[in-house]
Amino acid sequence: MTAPAPAPALQARGIVKAFPGIVANDRVDFDVRPGEIHALLGENGAGKSTLMNILAGLYRPDAGEILLDGRPIAFRSPREAIAAGLGMVHQHFTLVPSQSVTENILLGLDRPRFRLQVGKSEAEVGRLAAQFGMRVDPRAKIWQLSVGEQQRVEILKMLYRGARILIMDEPTAVLAPQEIEELFRTLRSMTADGRSVVFISHKLGEVMAIADRITVMRRGRVTAAGISTADTSKTDLARRMVGREVLERLERTPYAPGDVILAVQDVHADNDRGLPALRGVSLDVRAGEIVGMAAVAGNGQSELAQVITGLRACRGSVTMGGEQVANRPAGQAIARGIAHVPEDRTGVGSSPNLSVADNLIMKRYRAAPVARGWFIDDTAARRLAEGLKNEYAIATPSIDTEARLLSGGNLQRLIFAREIDSGPRLMVAVQPTRGLDVGAIEAVHRVLLERRAAGTAILLISEDLDEILSLADRVDVMYEGKVVGSFGAAEADIHAIGLLMTGGGGGDMDASAAPSTAAPPVSAGR
Amino acid sequence: MTLRLELRTDAPRWWSGALTIMAVVFALTASGLVIAAVGGDPIRAYLHIFEAAFGSVGVISDTLVKATPLILTGLACSLAFRMRLWNIGAEGQFLLGAWGAAAVVLAPILPAGTPAIVVIPVMMLAGALAGGLWGFIPGILRARLGVNEIISTLMLNYIALSWVQFWVFGPWSEGGFQQTRPFPPEAWLPRLTDLAEAYPVLGGLTVHLGLIFGIVAAAVMWVVLERTRWGYEIRLLGDSPRAARYAGIDIKQKIVVIFIISGALAGLAGMSEVSGVVHRLQDRISPGYGFTAIIIAYLARFGPFRVIVASILFGALILAGREIQPSGIPAMIQGFILFSLIASDVLVRYRIRIHRQSPVVT
Repeated sequence: MTAPAPAPALQARGIVKAFPGIVANDRVDFDVRPGEIHALLGENGAGKSTLMNILAGLYRPDAGEILLDGRPIAFRSPREAIAAGLGMVHQHFTLVPSQSVTENILLGLDRPRFRLQVGKSEAEVGRLAAQFGMRVDPRAKIWQLSVGEQQRVEILKMLYRGARILIMDEPTAVLAPQEIEELFRTLRSMTADGRSVVFISHKLGEVMAIADRITVMRRGRVTAAGISTADTSKTDLARRMVGREVLERLERTPYAPGDVILAVQDVHADNDRGLPALRGVSLDVRAGEIVGMAAVAGNGQSELAQVITGLRACRGSVTMGGEQVANRPAGQAIARGIAHVPEDRTGVGSSPNLSVADNLIMKRYRAAPVARGWFIDDTAARRLAEGLKNEYAIATPSIDTEARLLSGGNLQRLIFAREIDSGPRLMVAVQPTRGLDVGAIEAVHRVLLERRAAGTAILLISEDLDEILSLADRVDVMYEGKVVGSFGAAEADIHAIGLLMTGGGGGDMDASAAPSTAAPPVSAGR
Repeated sequence: MTLRLELRTDAPRWWSGALTIMAVVFALTASGLVIAAVGGDPIRAYLHIFEAAFGSVGVISDTLVKATPLILTGLACSLAFRMRLWNIGAEGQFLLGAWGAAAVVLAPILPAGTPAIVVIPVMMLAGALAGGLWGFIPGILRARLGVNEIISTLMLNYIALSWVQFWVFGPWSEGGFQQTRPFPPEAWLPRLTDLAEAYPVLGGLTVHLGLIFGIVAAAVMWVVLERTRWGYEIRLLGDSPRAARYAGIDIKQKIVVIFIISGALAGLAGMSEVSGVVHRLQDRISPGYGFTAIIIAYLARFGPFRVIVASILFGALILAGREIQPSGIPAMIQGFILFSLIASDVLVRYRIRIHRQSPVVT
C-alpha cells in the first residue's frame, strides 16, 4: 500500500457536468495514485460513468480540470487517452469474433505500419499475458473464448498500448467466482508493476476484497473521497452509497411449494448461429418457489428462457399446468400467464423510442380496460401507466418520456411493473439485477420474494451466485446446454456450484479453464 | 478546431419539425445559389414558381391535381417506412392500380352504361386490389423467405411498367397508339368544374374526388396508427422488432398486411389518376409519382397529415416545372430537398459541438 500519499498519477478536480434536468457530476474530486487499486462505488445514476467518460475524453466537463502526472489535459477521444496511458475496459467488449486474440489487439494501432508480422506480435502478446498472469492463447479466435478470456483480451489490448492507468467498468458482472479470483490476481500483479487500476463496481464485497482505497458517489456527489479500505466496512459503504441503512435481510415466507407449474422435459434447441444450445434440459418449477438457474453466459440459459416464453423453437416438451407450451407463439405464453423479464432490457424488454406509457401497456393492450374493441382507450392506458409508475416508483419526468431516457434501474422497474401487473402464474427472470445498483437490486429481490409468497412459480436465471443463493429455494446448474447439478437451498455451496458452472464438475478443473483453443464450439459462447 | 457529434438527451418535440423546415430552407438557398450561378435571379425564379403554383384559383386547383396522386403514394410509402419496410415500389403499385381500374371499363368487367355510382366504387376496388396484389408479392417474399424488399419492389416496378405497356400497345390500344380509348363519363371521378353550370365560378377547376380520397386516407391512417391496437403494434414493430416479438406480435403477418395496404393505397392513387385526370390508360401515365412519394414520406417524417402538406409543395414544384426555364430547376430543387433532409436526420439525435482549443497530450 502507498503511504504517505504520493503524487497522484491521475487527478480530477472540481469536475462539474450537467445534463438537462440533472447534475451528473457536482464538484467531484477523484485521484488515483501509482500502484493502487481505487474503487469507485455508487448506484446507477450516481455519476460514475459520467466521471469516467470525462476522464477518458468522451465528454467535456462544464467546469473543473483533469491532471495527468500534474499536467492539465483534455482528451478528445479514447485514442488520445490511451496514447497518454489511460485505458478503459468497458462492460461490453469491442472484439471482432472471427479474428484472433493478437489480431484484435493490433486492430486500430499505427504500428506495425504496413506489414503485419503476426508471429512477432503473438510472441509479444504472449509475454505480456504471462507477465500479468493471464492465461490467453494469442492465436485463439475470439469466438472460441469464454467471457472471462475475452475480458483478458480487452485488458491486454490496453496494456499493449501502454496503459499505466486502467479503468475497469463493472468487470466482474459477467464472471464466474473462479474467474473473478483470477482477474483479481491479474489486477494485483499490475499494481505491483506500478500501474493503477480504477475499479468501478457496486458490489460491496468485491470492492472490500480488492481495493486499496474507495471513493463513493451518490447523486453526482462524492460521499466518501478515497477512504482507505481498512478504515471502512460494508455497512458504512452501503449507507454512503444509498443514503440510508440497507436491509441486509430480506423478508422471506417459509418454503411451501405447491403444484408443479412449469415442467421442462428433455428439451433441445439451437442458438441463433444454428449450433446446439440446449441438449436435453429437464427441470420443473412449482408454485410459490424460486428455482435458481446458475450458469456462465453462453451456456444455454438465455435460450432456455426463450423456449419457455415462446420466443424460440425447440424439440422436447415444455408444459405449464399440464398444457403444452413449447413451439407456441409468444402471444400464447403471455395469455397463459408467463411473465418474462428478459436479459436484454433495452433491446427486447422495452421499446426505446416509445413512451413509458406505451411500454407499460405492452402486454395489456389486447384486453380491456386498455383495449376497447379495436381501439386503445387512451385514458385507461394512461391511468394504468400512472398507477404502475407510482406503485413501482419509476423515476421518470412523465409517462410520456421515451423509455430510452430511463436509467437501467428505472427501466427494470418498468419491466417488472409491467410483468407483475399481469398477475403471472410463472415468471422467468433472466439476469434481473445485472448492472443495477444496490437500491434497485434490493427492490427487485423484494419483488421476486413477494411474487413467491403470492404463489407464482419463479425461474431465476442469473450469473450472480450470491443472488441465487440468497433467493432460490432450489438451485440448478447449467453447463453447455445441460443441467449438470441440482441442489436444495440448504446444501448449495458456492464453490461446488462455481466449479460446476465452469465445467469442472465431471473432471479436471484446470482443463476447462485453460486457454480454450480446443474447447467445443458450444462453450465458446456468444 | 474540430467538429464532434454529441448525443442529444433533451430534444424537444418540435425539434424534428423545425429541422425539416430548416432543411427545406437550406435546400431552397442552395438551389438559389445554383440558379444565380447560371445567371438567373433566384428571388424572381422562386416568385415565379410560387405564382405558377399558387397565383390564382385555377393554378391552385392544378397544384392540387398534381398533389393528389402524391398524397396517396406518399401515404403508401410512409406506412411501410414506419415499419422500416422499404417499399420503393409505389410506382409499380400505382401503375397496377391504374391498370386494374382501367380493366373495369376496358375488359370490360362492368357492361357499358353501368351508372357512375356503381362504376366508380368498383374501379376503386379494382385499383386498390391490383396495387395490393403488387404489394403482397414483395410482402410475402420478405416475410416467408427473407427476400430484400428494396430489390423486389424496385424490380416489380419495371414489370408493372411493361405490363401496362403491353396492354396499351396491344389488346387495349386505340388504333395502334400507346393509349386506350377514353373512358365513358360514368367512369370519371367528379370534378369541381362539373358543377360549373350551377356555380360558374368553379368552371375550369379540375380538382377531382381523388383529393378527398387522399385526405380521408390520411385521416384514417392517423386514427389507425395513433388510436388503435393495430396501430400500436405497428409503432412498436417500427421501433423495435425484437420488443414486438417479445410482446407477442406476429411480425410476419404484419409485414404482409402492411405491404398489401401500402400497395392498395398506391393502387388507389393510380385509379384516381386514370379516372380523375387522364380518363384513359396510357403509357407514361406517371411522371414518377411513386418515386417522388419516397421523398414526400421522408419530408413528412411519415406523418399522415404532413404528407398532405409535403405533397402540395411537390405538386407545386412539378407544376412549376412547366413554367420556368431551364426546366430542370424543379427537379434539382427536389434533389436538394431530399439531400438536405437525409443530411439533417443526424441532427435529430445529435448536436454538433465545435472544439477550439487543441488538447495537450503527453
